[in-house]
Amino acid sequence: MCRLAALTSEEYISPMENILALETMKEGHDGSGMGLILKNLGGEFEELKDYPILSGICSKDGLHAMDDYLNKAGFKLQYTWTPKIRPRKGIVRRDYYFARVYDYPDEYRDKSFEEKEDLLLRTRIALRKMGEADESIIVFSFYPDILTLKEVGDPLELGEFFGLDNSTLKAKIIFAQGRQNTNYAINLYACHPFFIQGYGSMTNGENTAFVPIREFLTGKGFHGYMGYNSDSEVFTHILHYTCRMLGLPLIYYKDVITPLKASEIEEREDREVVWHLKTALRPLCIDGPNCVIGFTPDGTCFMVQDSKKLRPGVVGGVKGKYALMSEECGLDSAIPERDRSLDIFPMKYDMVIVSPEAKEVRVWNQRQGWTTTIS
Amino acid sequence: MEPAARLDNNHQLALKDFPYIIRWRDDRCKRCGRCTAVCPMLSIEPAVVLQRVVQSESPLPEPKAVRKVVTIVRQVTDINRYCTGCATCNLVCPNDAIEPEYNPQHKFLFHKNRGGHPFRRGGRRNDPAPSTLERLKFTRISMLTDPALDAGRHEFRIRTYLGRILPPEELPIRIVNGKAEIDKTSGKFIPPVREIYPVMIGSMSIGALSPTMWEGLAMGITYLNEVEGMPVVMCSGEGGMPQRLLRSRFLKYFIPQIASGYFGWDEIVRAIPHMVEDPCAIEIKYGQGAKPGDGGLLMAHKVLKLISEIRGVPMGVDLPSPPTHQTKYSIEESVAKMIQSMSMAWGFRVPVYPKISGSRTAKAVLNNLVRNPYAAALSIDGEDGGTGAAYNVSMDKMGHPIASNVRECYLDLVAQGKQNELPLIAAGGAGKQGNLAANAAALFMLGASAVSIGKYIMQAAAGCFGDEYNRCNVCNLGRCPRGITTQDPRLYRRLDPDKVAERVVEVFKSLDVELKKIFAPMGRSTELPIGMSDGLSADDHAVAERLQISYAC
Repeated sequence: MCRLAALTSEEYISPMENILALETMKEGHDGSGMGLILKNLGGEFEELKDYPILSGICSKDGLHAMDDYLNKAGFKLQYTWTPKIRPRKGIVRRDYYFARVYDYPDEYRDKSFEEKEDLLLRTRIALRKMGEADESIIVFSFYPDILTLKEVGDPLELGEFFGLDNSTLKAKIIFAQGRQNTNYAINLYACHPFFIQGYGSMTNGENTAFVPIREFLTGKGFHGYMGYNSDSEVFTHILHYTCRMLGLPLIYYKDVITPLKASEIEEREDREVVWHLKTALRPLCIDGPNCVIGFTPDGTCFMVQDSKKLRPGVVGGVKGKYALMSEECGLDSAIPERDRSLDIFPMKYDMVIVSPEAKEVRVWNQRQGWTTTIS
Repeated sequence: MEPAARLDNNHQLALKDFPYIIRWRDDRCKRCGRCTAVCPMLSIEPAVVLQRVVQSESPLPEPKAVRKVVTIVRQVTDINRYCTGCATCNLVCPNDAIEPEYNPQHKFLFHKNRGGHPFRRGGRRNDPAPSTLERLKFTRISMLTDPALDAGRHEFRIRTYLGRILPPEELPIRIVNGKAEIDKTSGKFIPPVREIYPVMIGSMSIGALSPTMWEGLAMGITYLNEVEGMPVVMCSGEGGMPQRLLRSRFLKYFIPQIASGYFGWDEIVRAIPHMVEDPCAIEIKYGQGAKPGDGGLLMAHKVLKLISEIRGVPMGVDLPSPPTHQTKYSIEESVAKMIQSMSMAWGFRVPVYPKISGSRTAKAVLNNLVRNPYAAALSIDGEDGGTGAAYNVSMDKMGHPIASNVRECYLDLVAQGKQNELPLIAAGGAGKQGNLAANAAALFMLGASAVSIGKYIMQAAAGCFGDEYNRCNVCNLGRCPRGITTQDPRLYRRLDPDKVAERVVEVFKSLDVELKKIFAPMGRSTELPIGMSDGLSADDHAVAERLQISYAC
């Protein structure tokens, strides 16, 4: 089972906190990769929040091709961050790991953010396709205030490999997943967390409903709904589809992936709309076993379970710093000073929602409504 | 000179020409006459023959040949009285003295066209070979990578939707105080959608079925809904429904069918103001899998008082339904009008969908319906469907297997991103060899939203004798030995409607358990695994390729 460690804080924190939590949760083989997404970046990125950051890996040839493409497209390089690599046994070093900050092409300067987002998405996909065959270019995200790092190896060793223990790289929201590869050939595009246009998520478990969900999403004709090297990428895209494409509040994400049965819907005030969403989004129902941890563009973080609650998952912390973990020991590692009696173990109807900067924690229950734990 | 034919029996058929040969055992028969009385085809008859018998009556063997007049049971060699192999004789025989035996070398089809009339029958395609559905297996089992579900402990929702489903983008939703709600002021039409059990009983009319059989099915369906909480629905078939049912609250479990003869629809339309519930849906029949392009016929001898009342026709006349709707000249206009008219009759509160026979042209129909916002579903009836009466050639040689037909239609919808908008109902061959749950689950994974059954329920609930070796298959003659497809009270009294209803309930309850046993190890429980094609494999490479699933051997 993959390990998930998400932290959201009002202070900037180091990704090593997540990695140490992953290490605590480690059992058995866990060397198939780690993914990190940092949102609301601090350090050198704090002054560059309006500019998109391109995160990825490329070969020397890939770098030239990427530069050519971005130059032609009119992107102007503002800043480059590269990890200070410390080679580790068992981790195959690739040529160039980067997070590069660009300014938008001139013709986009006065365009709306939606148009800029569209450009960023198309550019990311174009770069991905350019380098997909020979793995000369691998790009994970291209978006303002988002930095992604992924590589194959043990999470702790990868942290040291990237020099994160001595780095100034910090953020207020950090998602990390230690990937336990059991099913598929290792491919960095299959590595969680996944990101699209401000929405990110990571999951453990197998998505048994993957094919119908993928077919539904790709049928929407949105160019960002592609990839799917992992059956879990669809969880991120369902989140994006529910909140951004349909404009629904976040709580309906739970109703989409784990719809209530007809008799339970009858208990809801918004029963009519919930029923229509259940029928219209039937193919997006997940069947687990899955624990999904995600974030939205405003920095809200959440955790939900499949409709049988077949995976562990716990949310806990102190006001101003909360952790969403797949296991309790990870939470102990990340925030030992919290009151453990207030830890939340979301059950099958629950969605734990942590507001930006961990100011408020609320539990949305599909049948009972809201409960506020910390505010 | 006398012709040789008169002397050497050359004009007669030999028993070996017949598909079933009666094995009668003289030593066991007590000459009670039940078998000859019950034979629906009068294929066997009592006869008196003179026999030479060697016997000994003394304490020591003293064999003597004597000539005796004995009564026997004899199979006739008249092609119109052929033995259908139904084995009712065996059923009633107290001593197991008689049974028909299949003769694979028969020459039946060479001869069954006397008077220039081709062979007509009821039943199903006479092809005992396993269908494509039997070649599919469920190979994606969640095990150590993830905990599988427990069919006995976990909650399973085996339900589907019948009705046109609006894409989410078109739902008139507005957000008020962080909650979504349907904007009633938008004026947007949201089509009706029913949540039903994904296996339904397909269209079999009162008329084709006996009153006891239809009543048994209807009672079983009602019990499943009212007592077991399983929303199983049933289509009426063409020919109307009893007024009592039309005006009852149970109408919501039924799908009245309108077909090319419009039989029974005067009565249905007149009952609309008195209806206390809307029907589940309306099915417009354009074709039937067992006899594509062929119409229906209820023969005069089946049109008795009850049928004439329900259908609104005189007694004792042939009731032919034309092969096509006489008002139909284009799918763009006439079919759309028909769907709209039927929708309008119930104030657009009832889903209306057409049923067609499996065909290579199914995709064209589908694509038209996709663009008709009132079309609620498409039911496709494959070549393994059954019928009460048809030409043998239509049944055996016309039609399209359901598996690839439903698959290509589903994939066509996927390509348009509309696979959840227009549900596909697959019929014709589910449970052909008894594996209803497996066949139905495979059809869901190929893309069907629901599966319709007919023959299976007749066999399971009422013991229909028919099979793919042309056994029985005399539904068209009104002589059904089980009392399932006859209007003769002497025959249909054999069938107890309560027993039929009981069996319907048992069949669906056990089907439900088996479906869970398939879905649980595959990790699916909340919604029906429609289009979960990665769960399926075929044991044949060509089949796998055609269905776009994996090949496992």
